[in-house]
Amino acid sequence: MNNAIIIGQYVPGNSLVHRLDPRMKITIIFLFVIFVFFANNVVSYSILTAFAIITVFITKISLRFILKGLTPVWFLIIFTFILHLIVTKEGTVLVELLGFKVYSGALIQGFAISLRFFLLILITSLLTLTTTPIEITDAIEDMLHPLKKIKFPVHELALMMSISLRFIPTLLQETDKISKAQASRGVDFRTGPIKERIKAIVPLLVPLFVSAFKRAEELAMAMEARGYQGGEGRSKLRQLKIKKIDIFVLVFFLLVIAGLFITRNYS
Amino acid sequence: MDITFKDVTYIYQANSPFAHKALENLSFHIPSGSFVAVIGHTGSGKSTLIQHLNGLITPTEGTVQIGDYQINSDKKPENLKELRSRVGVVFQYPEHQLFDETVAKDIAFGPKNFGVSESEIQRRIKEIVPAVGLDEALLGRSPFDLSGGQMRRVAIAGVLAVKPEILVLDEPTAGLDPRGQREIMDMFSNLHKEQGLTTVLVTHSMEDAVKYADHVIIMNKGTKYMEGTPEEVFTQREALNKVQLDVPEMIQFINAFEERFGKTIPFKRQTVQALAKEIQQALKGAGSDE
Repeated sequence: MNNAIIIGQYVPGNSLVHRLDPRMKITIIFLFVIFVFFANNVVSYSILTAFAIITVFITKISLRFILKGLTPVWFLIIFTFILHLIVTKEGTVLVELLGFKVYSGALIQGFAISLRFFLLILITSLLTLTTTPIEITDAIEDMLHPLKKIKFPVHELALMMSISLRFIPTLLQETDKISKAQASRGVDFRTGPIKERIKAIVPLLVPLFVSAFKRAEELAMAMEARGYQGGEGRSKLRQLKIKKIDIFVLVFFLLVIAGLFITRNYS
Repeated sequence: MDITFKDVTYIYQANSPFAHKALENLSFHIPSGSFVAVIGHTGSGKSTLIQHLNGLITPTEGTVQIGDYQINSDKKPENLKELRSRVGVVFQYPEHQLFDETVAKDIAFGPKNFGVSESEIQRRIKEIVPAVGLDEALLGRSPFDLSGGQMRRVAIAGVLAVKPEILVLDEPTAGLDPRGQREIMDMFSNLHKEQGLTTVLVTHSMEDAVKYADHVIIMNKGTKYMEGTPEEVFTQREALNKVQLDVPEMIQFINAFEERFGKTIPFKRQTVQALAKEIQQALKGAGSDE
């Protein structure tokens, strides 16, 4: 189960994208997410799309695998597209379907917004696909460091994040195990009326909560036994360092953005 | 019910970077009524194998035949629920599946799902609870108040209450104290004999396999490595060592004895007492020769 969802999953590899400093990756993705909204014509959209596709290509993760993994999101993208077709009333009328007038402007806008949406999701899912959860939390802790001055609990937040990320696969495994055990005892999770299926969740949720609480307690105990006292004076095994390649990639990305702004005013 | 695997291959997360072949071209036949031990190292495909036995997963290639139910890559039997009522699975650490308010309700959960009548369920609970070594006074308690060993017994009772014809056990005694292990294994062995069950036991313990099984399948890296009676399989020490498995203590002892005294004693799953007698005779014989 859950084979179809890849959001949050890490695919090991040794590509340029994998080796990039995670802070750099987060920064670039953050900027990309902002600048996607600046694209406004065919050329500028093409530049962003090309950038995203090339990045996917560099990671050596098959595009087909990623697209399949985004299945749950496809629904949203298509929904957005259809919504735009119905609501927008600009340009000339192209066809009339079941009493609905489909305008040329609606088609263009619907396509643009869906593409924007798709690019956003594609590029952000690349972050978790190519970066280990540990790297992500390290990067976030480092980037939020300035907030410490205003007594923001940066270390605690990072720790909470890394623990919850760490336990996602464990909990999924546990869910799979318990649902199989209950299915063997005659629970049917997949068919039957909705009411019955909701009732079937109880034998799954109760053991899941019990074991999650137990795990949390054991983890807290194990951390305390090893002398964990919080972030004060704690050093790091993996130091994050900006390398030449990181600078190079950032410069390249800024060039792409510059290209976007130059082509933006065409047409 | 007979169990037949024919060229079964199973791949986890096929068509993704995580694709992983867990079983490869696995074929075997388990006749109805036998007690089979499936042995292998961690990751040898044992757990994947047993999930095929009640249709929790379907083979990527090949066919699994359980009695009249056939499961292959493109069709699951429509009466999957019926199959599951006839194949009971005790998973590893089965106490993790407990959830209901009381022990009695949790035991009744399985049979209720399979449509057994309330009076029949009560009758079965009365019969099974003492059989698994539980006190009837516990029936009204919450399963989460019990000790680990008691929880294990409740979970096992929950599977047995369905009255399966095939019983699949995935390391049912892992994590129990030695006495609890012996009690539970003896209980399964008795059930097997009394009710004519077909039992599939996944285990790491060679001793359990020798003691209870009449047929042994050794798994290695998703394929069948060896198969046969315990006598045939466990006497092949070198082949077993190759896949990091040891021969049972008794055979180790017999081997050491043969080396030291130059006498052969055939291994035929005798009890320790019987073996002691044979040794006594062999050595006495030697004594009278000199």
